[in-house]
Amino acid sequence: MAPDTQAIVDARAIHKHFGALHVLKGVDLKVAERELVFVIGPSGSGKSTLLRCLNRLEEPSSGSILVDGIDMLDARTDINHARQRIGMVFQSFNLYPHMTALGNVTLALRKVAGKSRAEADRLGQAALERVGLADRAGHTPGQLSGGQQQRVAIARSIALEPRVMLFDEPTSALDPELVGSVLEVMRSLRESGMTMIVVSHEMGFARNAADRVVFMDDGLIVEQGPPAAIFESPTHERTRAFIGQIQRH
Amino acid sequence: MTNFERFLDTFFNGKVMLKYLPDILSGMVVTIELAVLIVLSGLAAGLSLALIRSLAIRPINWLIIFVVDLFRSLPPLVIIVLMYFGLPYAEVSPSGFVSTWLSLALVLMAFSEEIFWAGITSVHKGQWEAARSTGLSFGQTLMNVVLPQALRITIPPLTNRTIAITKGTALGTVVAVTEILGEASSAVSNSYNPSPLMLGAAAYLVLFLPVVVLARRLETKFAWKR
Repeated sequence: MAPDTQAIVDARAIHKHFGALHVLKGVDLKVAERELVFVIGPSGSGKSTLLRCLNRLEEPSSGSILVDGIDMLDARTDINHARQRIGMVFQSFNLYPHMTALGNVTLALRKVAGKSRAEADRLGQAALERVGLADRAGHTPGQLSGGQQQRVAIARSIALEPRVMLFDEPTSALDPELVGSVLEVMRSLRESGMTMIVVSHEMGFARNAADRVVFMDDGLIVEQGPPAAIFESPTHERTRAFIGQIQRH
Repeated sequence: MTNFERFLDTFFNGKVMLKYLPDILSGMVVTIELAVLIVLSGLAAGLSLALIRSLAIRPINWLIIFVVDLFRSLPPLVIIVLMYFGLPYAEVSPSGFVSTWLSLALVLMAFSEEIFWAGITSVHKGQWEAARSTGLSFGQTLMNVVLPQALRITIPPLTNRTIAITKGTALGTVVAVTEILGEASSAVSNSYNPSPLMLGAAAYLVLFLPVVVLARRLETKFAWKR
């Protein structure tokens, strides 16, 4: 990250233990405003855990995390308020099955942001518009394809106007023909200037859209840099091996 | 008289039935009062315990599990008898009606707590995470996201259990509650004829068939496609 830009995410020396398992072994991650950071690495390398520590879905064992200037690990921080600024998109969509698409998008607007129903509906409809699903507002998740569900999930996050978005393998559960529509929405989010941290195996997307690729292995960041550098000329043996493996597919 | 006529005269004796119909009807009123009280208080207590249990405070949860297991294991009749004949020694003398109500409400509380709890835990962890990630609090997530899904899953086992326990109002006869079965059996002894029992059976059908049908419609209404 360029030294003159303001870091919107500043995580330092993050450790995470699950019982005897040491999953994160001191990770530092700074992300600048409007930056798109791609996190790659073998399964079990800790990349999802790192993402989930940033909004404290997982409690880090130690370290410090600032998001938009808010100390996420301070006991005095109103975590529910802070989380409004951090959107998260999950591999399994996690839409609320008993609500319509619009209901999914407006729940936090009403309950957390304190909008009236009419105002929440207006904002929710606008968010669905942004992901190209304005005409599906009244559909329940069961009536939507996987790609559409994931786009509703993205709308649910962006409706709250977050300062940063976390994507945890957003396309891994999708049939190949549905991946494109989700990546399209992510690309337009990126063009609108959203700060994004993406854990994913969509290397083509990383190559085209990412500012920086971070390679993690065994609970540590092994190396990072512009996509071209990481993909074409990785300096570490482990990075080379991983890139080689995924590019054979 | 043919055998069939003798059967009708014994079990469906019009004169006897007519005579004891008012008694059975007043028994029905008592049964309805008991049933409504048991269902409302039992389910409310069961749901409350399940919600408290979801807070995951260990000593409280041990207590809940102990109470729930206790009332699921004891036969309802034993609880009624203990309450009616035992509590007076502690200077509390509940009526037969109150003993029956509280005993069956406790049993329904215990069973429904387990059903509600199973429903809550069956909701996928991702639902919690998605809701919490948008800033919803624990309580907001529980009430708006998890519970609505949990309740839909619980409706079939809950209605079954509720109906089974509510029919236990008949146990109130042993502590002199004049509900349907109590009225019917005293009518049988007074008339030397089992027809009032048939009347009582009809009264149970009239009461519970609509409930069973309603339960089925609820199950259909609240089923949703995933």
